[in-house]
Amino acid sequence: MSTNIQRPRLYMDEHKLKQDPHDYGLADEPFNLETFKKKFQIVVVKYDGNEMEFDMIGVHPGIANAFRRLMLSEVPSMAIEKVYIYNNTSIMQDEVLAHRLGLIPLRADPRRFLYKTEESGDQGNEHDTLEFELKVKCTRRKDVKDSSNFDTIYKNHKVYSGQIKWLPKGKQSQIFSETDVGCIHDDILINQLRPGHELDLRLIAVKGIGKDHAKFSPVATAFYRLLPEIKLNRRIEGKEAFLLQKCFSPGVIGIDENDCAYVKDARYDTCSRNVYRYPQLENAVTMARVRDHYIFNVESVGALKPDVIFIEAVKVLKGKCRKFLEEIEAA
Amino acid sequence: MGDQTGIEKSWDSDPKAWSKPIKPLEEKWKLVPAFLQVKGLVKQHIDSFNHFVNVDIKKIVEANQTVISDADPLFYLKYLDVRVGTPDIEDGYNITKATTPHECRLRDTTYSAPITVDIEYTRGAQRIIRNNLLIGRMPVMLRSSNCVLAGKSEFELAKMNECPLDPGGYFVVRGQEKVILIQEQLSWNKMITEEFNGTVQCQVTSSTHEKKSRTLVLSKHGKYYLKHNSMTDDIPIAVIFKAMGVTSDQEIMCLIGTDTETQNRFAPSLLEAFQLKVFTQQRALEYMGSKLVVKRFQSAANKTPAEEARELLTTTILAHVPVENFNFQIKSIYVSLMVRRVMTAELDPTAFDDRDYYGNKRLELAGSLISLMFEDLFKRMNWELKMIADKNIPKVKAAQFDVVKHMRAAQITVGLESAISSGNWTIKRFKMERAGVTQVLSRLSYISALGMMTRVNSQFEKTRKVSGPRSLQPSQWGMLCPSDTPEGEACGLVKNLALMTHITTEVDEGPVICLAFNAGVEDIRLIGGDVINNSKVFLVFINGNILGITISYKRLVQAFRMMRRKGRLGPFVSIHTSHTQRCVYIHTDGGRLCRPYIIVTNGKLAVEQRHIEELKRGVRKFEDFLHDGLVEYLDVNEENDSFIAWNEADITADATTHLEIEPFTLLGVCAGLVPYPHHNQSPRNTYQCAMGKQAMGVIGYNQKNRIDTLMYNLVYPQAPMVKSKTIELTGFDKLPAGQNATVAVMSYSGYDIEDALILNKASIDRGYGRCLIYKNSKCTVKRYANQTYDRIMGPVKDALTNKVIFKHDALDTDGIVAPGEMVVNKQILINKEMPAVTSINPIEQSGQTSQIPYTAVPISYKGPEPSYIEKVMVSANGEEDFLIKILLRQTRRPEIGDKFSSRHGQKGVTGLIVDQEDLPFNDYGICPDMIMNPHGFPSRMTVGKSLELLGGKAGLLEGKFHYGTAFGGSKCKDIQDELFKHGFNYMGKDYFYSGITGESLEAYIYSGPVYYQKLKHMVQDKMHARARGPKAVLTRQPTQGRSREGGLRLGEMERDCLISYGASMLIMERLMISSDAFDVDVCKTCGRLAYCSWCHYCQSSANVSKISMPYACKLLFQELTSMNVVPKLKLQNY
Repeated sequence: MSTNIQRPRLYMDEHKLKQDPHDYGLADEPFNLETFKKKFQIVVVKYDGNEMEFDMIGVHPGIANAFRRLMLSEVPSMAIEKVYIYNNTSIMQDEVLAHRLGLIPLRADPRRFLYKTEESGDQGNEHDTLEFELKVKCTRRKDVKDSSNFDTIYKNHKVYSGQIKWLPKGKQSQIFSETDVGCIHDDILINQLRPGHELDLRLIAVKGIGKDHAKFSPVATAFYRLLPEIKLNRRIEGKEAFLLQKCFSPGVIGIDENDCAYVKDARYDTCSRNVYRYPQLENAVTMARVRDHYIFNVESVGALKPDVIFIEAVKVLKGKCRKFLEEIEAA
Repeated sequence: MGDQTGIEKSWDSDPKAWSKPIKPLEEKWKLVPAFLQVKGLVKQHIDSFNHFVNVDIKKIVEANQTVISDADPLFYLKYLDVRVGTPDIEDGYNITKATTPHECRLRDTTYSAPITVDIEYTRGAQRIIRNNLLIGRMPVMLRSSNCVLAGKSEFELAKMNECPLDPGGYFVVRGQEKVILIQEQLSWNKMITEEFNGTVQCQVTSSTHEKKSRTLVLSKHGKYYLKHNSMTDDIPIAVIFKAMGVTSDQEIMCLIGTDTETQNRFAPSLLEAFQLKVFTQQRALEYMGSKLVVKRFQSAANKTPAEEARELLTTTILAHVPVENFNFQIKSIYVSLMVRRVMTAELDPTAFDDRDYYGNKRLELAGSLISLMFEDLFKRMNWELKMIADKNIPKVKAAQFDVVKHMRAAQITVGLESAISSGNWTIKRFKMERAGVTQVLSRLSYISALGMMTRVNSQFEKTRKVSGPRSLQPSQWGMLCPSDTPEGEACGLVKNLALMTHITTEVDEGPVICLAFNAGVEDIRLIGGDVINNSKVFLVFINGNILGITISYKRLVQAFRMMRRKGRLGPFVSIHTSHTQRCVYIHTDGGRLCRPYIIVTNGKLAVEQRHIEELKRGVRKFEDFLHDGLVEYLDVNEENDSFIAWNEADITADATTHLEIEPFTLLGVCAGLVPYPHHNQSPRNTYQCAMGKQAMGVIGYNQKNRIDTLMYNLVYPQAPMVKSKTIELTGFDKLPAGQNATVAVMSYSGYDIEDALILNKASIDRGYGRCLIYKNSKCTVKRYANQTYDRIMGPVKDALTNKVIFKHDALDTDGIVAPGEMVVNKQILINKEMPAVTSINPIEQSGQTSQIPYTAVPISYKGPEPSYIEKVMVSANGEEDFLIKILLRQTRRPEIGDKFSSRHGQKGVTGLIVDQEDLPFNDYGICPDMIMNPHGFPSRMTVGKSLELLGGKAGLLEGKFHYGTAFGGSKCKDIQDELFKHGFNYMGKDYFYSGITGESLEAYIYSGPVYYQKLKHMVQDKMHARARGPKAVLTRQPTQGRSREGGLRLGEMERDCLISYGASMLIMERLMISSDAFDVDVCKTCGRLAYCSWCHYCQSSANVSKISMPYACKLLFQELTSMNVVPKLKLQNY
């Protein structure tokens, strides 16, 4: 990786963040495509199911932030938008029930759907809506007696997301398989019923973006942090070394055979700045963050893989740029 | 526990005093829940009502047990017994069925039980005994001994649709929940010496079952007088003594005191009697008789003024001091003592009594108030029976006179019911007239309901601007919450009980008197002469009456305390000594504030660790602590006579008598919600006490079954991350009102000035602050006297389209809205029609009911936002009319302008709702739910809030609740250690990135969860604007107020601005053209108003011209004209 001068830092003092004296901030860095190409780097560090961690190096915070923002609010996903309540005799109010259903993450690739328009009407069509139904009736089990456990005496007293059934619309049954469409988690508790309570609902899911409602956001969260960097200013040994180790996240500070502390790996430090709690350690460490090294964490809700979400975000940005350029040219 | 090092240091300083270190008692707070199981909070209402229903009512009936008639000496009516049954409801004539409070709430009936009596009376020559005769119905307090809820398990309560956490202690009257507030007043039968308008006086308000009167002894120009309402003039004190049979001056002086100083001071008073030539008792009574206030209704028996004066002296003046057979000995000693008090106060200003001192106060509870009301009603009933008997017995009739036929149960029923439902307590006998005694139980939140049950209302006038009664009295310590009082006019007058306060109910004083005599008290009746004024002798009082004297008061007090601790004496009997007055006071009366303490003897705690262990195992109850003499109740007076340690470290071997059970109990229910209140500036806690009552959340487990006029619920309520012991004890964690919001303390966007909050839109999308608002709409379907009745019609269809008209869109086929439907403004909920003629006008053509003209009186929905129908109830109310109740529901998500508040008196409105991506985020990817401006902290000094945030954050990481109990709770350092352990900054500050630019924020942001309450004030209920709209009929000016879609007033001050600016046309426009401009014709010749260009005065239309003026102005002219004032207008061209 590049040298110190090229990697501006932010120093974490006790009470505030301080810039490097030689760092003149971002405004002083004119954008140059060639240097950007050279410096820019994306390294995937971890990819585990719905979670991904990757580094984005050598980029303006505005751009890194744009990706974060787009992933949160402008990458589309499917969610239940309309609930037709034919019967709801449970104690949950219709609005609350509908709200809860809306927040259930759906397994459906939003890229294969269109945004619902006015023309497709209330019910929508096979290209822009998914239809589900939830029909549950709670009954008392006649065979079980002498029990106070609701699980044994009642049938269907808990309504889970797994009970939501997909109703293919038009040719949807040919395009999608049962595994493509449904709820991502089958164990989300939607409601609790008692004997005699009944739910009869038809659910309409549409494509939408997180800006409209948080339920359309494809990520549980997407964020970045700057790469931490820790430097020891003096030799720290013995008891002090162990104290120092405790001030950082596990695995950040190592202690060698001489009971001397060294920085093992600063990457996963939580930057708690807890050394400032001990005056004797205050000046022993310099904690900093690399200003243009972004560690992205994308945690998908499940409909799309995190890398896809990122690529979708890039596409959204591209589209925005294209639209902006068009508007400039048109003017 | 505790400050260990502090204890150690004090050992070092004085090792002798600490021969044995006092170990702090672990978990002694467990005594608090044990106490709350049996006493405290609402239990005093219930205890007091139980006492009335089971004891007092029998005493009242016994005291008024016979009714005799003047017409027939043989006639009598005698009450043998009285009972209050279990609540039932009348379903038709003479058919009753047991009821539950919830049924009464829903059906708008009264939760009441029959009062039945056994009587013995004469019918002609026959003697008849009738049992179980109904004389009225008594509203029953919920959870009292007669209530169906008493002693029921949680499951049984659930079956009756009752919330197990509901405290009870209120009444259900005509479907409304009514609380009889605790009334605070000055103690009865107690001498209070004070200065009034420059004169020193000693006053006593006597109160017995029969009489209430006020007697004063005052000093005027060096002479002493007795003042009483029944006498026109102040009576010289020597005359009073002589009237009471103490005729010789020497005797008088013996009573007052024989030292020279006293003699000198009293000589002028004696001289005055001499000058009035009053020497004998007869002469004195005659003198008094001449000063009597002339009564309007002279009683039948003719008495001489002297006899009347003697009667007055016996029964009315100092009514509580017993006089038997006109033996005034005790009363004369009492009066002499009053004189003595005045004398001492004249010499020594410290001898004045403090009116605001809580030992001089008594709290009146539901039981005693209802007992007053019942006694009055019962007496009135008996008096009316007597009148009926007097009237009817002389008449010769076929059937013999039977009183039972004239006993009407309605009088007592209606009397009690209307008193409780209106809150007007009028008892003519005592000239008592009080308004606002009862209030509707506020069900905004669980805490508001609970807080209402502990409210203490002072009888003091709200408008008077005196600080004394309003300020915090040191004797309120531990009895009344120092924080919970409203702001504004009722500040300091309306108070709340502390957590461990109990209000005593009356205990029979007989056995106590016996004990006192056995413990060395000499009966006052056996004492004569100068003895009482001996400086070694202590006077012994019982409930304000002189009982006797004692020489060894210490022994007496000790004996009493010992007997009480051994359980031989009621736990609420109190005894205390006043050294300045040389008196020992014993109290057994009701209405005293008291509170339990751990007994400490010779520096040793009575409660040991094993007792607490036994308590925890459930083998020991709070009562056992009392019986075993480990804990005792102290009332305010005795508390002031004790030396109470705040904690174990404060105990000194020689002085300490008691130990505080738990310091946090000195706060009340509402203040108990505040975490770390001891770190806050005190007014902040007071603000929170007011706001906690407006927070929405859960009001009870039965909230879904209730049909209240207004109910606010939170969709996802949460228990606070930082709890307190009080929260657990009151069950607030089970019925919470708020949510834990992740708060970042920073400025953002400028929309957060003046305490405004920034909310995260994604949080709102996910359900933060979402609330449900329930309202009800009801109507009755009546039957009228002329055989007509209201009817409900089905929806009307449009003739052309054959579709149901818009207004009836939500109606079901039966004419009542269907559950689940959405209703919008002006749609009809119940399509009711009423017969046009309902008065008694029998319809000739019976059977032709279809021809009866009906007028539509629909119940329609009003509101800018639509509502949904939650449920419809059809039932019958107490008058056997149909009752239809409709519950309407709205779900609201927070919007800009909605009010939120933390638990530290920090309220604010939503200033801006920001998309999640625009909000700052930290290294963990956490976005705050809420941003609060740090400027809210320095001036408010709510350090408790900072601690709550820190504690909440650590609690999240550790997966536990932290405690912010007053004077305790998790220590800041421990919380910091926890944060440290989990890799968070120990100061609670995190590294944040701006969500807008993506750069790091220069400052670290203090962030974490804080419990926020959503308050009931929402913009949707307040927003209002109008361009045009309705006008008032009379003045033709725009209507007033939001509910009438009124105009926005341009007031005097705004008008002044416009005048000073010179914008006369604007004034004209605002005040006339846009309001009530009206064209009138004015006759130029006579200056009067003309009509249709014709002046009726001048009989011409020659000089009539048309001008514009406000309609109100025209109206004024006409009104003046109607009063024979002629306003004339002079018109000029300009």
